[in-house]
Amino acid sequence: MSGNNMLSGKVWKFGDNINTDLMLPGPYLFRGEAEQAGAVFMNHRPGWLAEMKPGDAIIGGFNYGMGSSRPAARSLRNCGVGFLLAESINGLFLRNCVNYGFRAFECPGVTQAFEEGDRAELIIEEWTVRNARTGQALAVSKLPKMLLDMMLGGGIFPMLEAQGLIALKTAG
Amino acid sequence: MGMTITEKILSRASGGSHVKPGDVAVVDVETAVLMDMTFLPEGWREVLKLHDKSKVAIVFDHLVPAPTIQAAMAQRAGRLFAEKFGIERLHDVGPDQGIAHAVVADRGYALPGTVLVNGDSHTCAAGAFNCAARGVGGPDMLFAITTGTTWFRVGETIRYDFTGKLRPGVSAKDIFLFIAGEYGAHVNQNIEYGGPGMSSISLNGRRTLATMGTELSAEFVIFEPDDALLDYMHRVNPGATMHPTLPDADAVYKERRTIDLGSLEPLVALPDAVVNNSVKISAVAGQKIDQAFVGSCANGTLDDMAVVAKVLAGRKVAKGTRFIVTPGTQAIFRAALKAGYIETIMEAGAVVTPATCGACIGGHMGLLGPDEVCITASTRNFKGRMGDPSARIFMGSPATVAASALAGAITHPGAFFEGDAA
Ligand code: SF4
Repeated sequence: MSGNNMLSGKVWKFGDNINTDLMLPGPYLFRGEAEQAGAVFMNHRPGWLAEMKPGDAIIGGFNYGMGSSRPAARSLRNCGVGFLLAESINGLFLRNCVNYGFRAFECPGVTQAFEEGDRAELIIEEWTVRNARTGQALAVSKLPKMLLDMMLGGGIFPMLEAQGLIALKTAG
Repeated sequence: MGMTITEKILSRASGGSHVKPGDVAVVDVETAVLMDMTFLPEGWREVLKLHDKSKVAIVFDHLVPAPTIQAAMAQRAGRLFAEKFGIERLHDVGPDQGIAHAVVADRGYALPGTVLVNGDSHTCAAGAFNCAARGVGGPDMLFAITTGTTWFRVGETIRYDFTGKLRPGVSAKDIFLFIAGEYGAHVNQNIEYGGPGMSSISLNGRRTLATMGTELSAEFVIFEPDDALLDYMHRVNPGATMHPTLPDADAVYKERRTIDLGSLEPLVALPDAVVNNSVKISAVAGQKIDQAFVGSCANGTLDDMAVVAKVLAGRKVAKGTRFIVTPGTQAIFRAALKAGYIETIMEAGAVVTPATCGACIGGHMGLLGPDEVCITASTRNFKGRMGDPSARIFMGSPATVAASALAGAITHPGAFFEGDAA
């Protein structure tokens, strides 16, 4: 990353224990990526996809992303969510955020500090997020460089491609 | 500050740095197991450079022999990959076939004190061998085999100390059902099993218990090493480098819990959820069943085949009840054949299938129809897991399942073990 890399997004709040089924419903598991992206929170919060704008932020509570290893993080990325901040993130879900290049960070206190509709300004290099309405700044939990690089670089596939370890998707 | 077994193994695999809960450890992968589903076209990419072919094993298990063209194509992709890089540990359809976690166990691929990954969620099965093993995503597998590394966020550890010894007719599955019923999920936590009673649980029983850790939502599930484990490893994988790992004396645990094995009894999980769902058999005894199943990576061991044969010996499966038995690997199948278990099981009217995931995942055989009732000794009883979503799936030990198959209804297995030495 270079220069001033503030990510700014309107905040949508989701609660504790948001599971991967809610983001990527079972019946969509074997559909294409685009269809999966169109199903995010379809049962949990119908109509949300139509309201949210690309770049908007999700704020979650504890154990965000609990559940199966399905690529729900890919769906959030594909439907345009700019970044996610949560009190805590489930291990397997965090793994898939890194794998699929979706910006997701733990940020204790974030549910208190933001109300729905606020604007969150995230500066990853400084590991801080600011509430544009209240001016309150919070520390974001650091991710080791290797994982951050993968996450910001679009995930595992582009990285392995760039290193010549796997073939490009279009090849062959 | 001392480390738990998981922390020590991850520490060693990450080059020796101290590892504690909350850290992200980047670790060397000693063993990467690729199963058939990993080669499905949506997730697989052609590998250009492999880190180390000797660290890779390929096992086709979920859909073997291939029931669909898609499955056949995934297996072909796996074969071509093995051929391209000269990977020797290829468990294709044939004599070396089996469920990946069971093959890993049979062959001693899970080396004590090392890290193993597989794209299947029940990979913590290898924790029975004092191995830090974890199910990861498909992309993680490509990362592991091309870079030789992976990463884990380190969780806190719950330590279980076993005392005493299981009574006859009570098995490792019942230990699991007790823990799942009593303590529920272990999200983002590691489980460590040890204590003075641990060695009384057979290695096969430890395999069952470690495998079921996935259903507790645990990260790593790991047993202390003992002589039985090391003797076994030296026998099945002679010459392999092992690093048997005990916890530090001052290891820090989130919680320590003691379980008296002698106090446990057979339990059953009610349909639709494994955790917080265990009941005494008396609560459901007499519930009619259409199908009984013993198999999967959790309960396809030779011990399981022996117990089923013991219960069925000289008796007949109830009319109108289907009993399906699936050994975890073809090697276990052959051993059970030599021991006479298969003949006993088949004489009683059960169907013995080749080693595969099969009915466990409602794959290519043994599915349930609408409103049918099944009792299973496998890994999951989720709605729709084994067929129609209206079917109800109870979970019990192989002894409970076999006793229920004979009666055509859920039955306590105790009578079949009376007089056995404790
Ligand atoms: S036997 Fe069942 S739980 Fe085990 S790997 Fe196969 S499908 Fe998964």
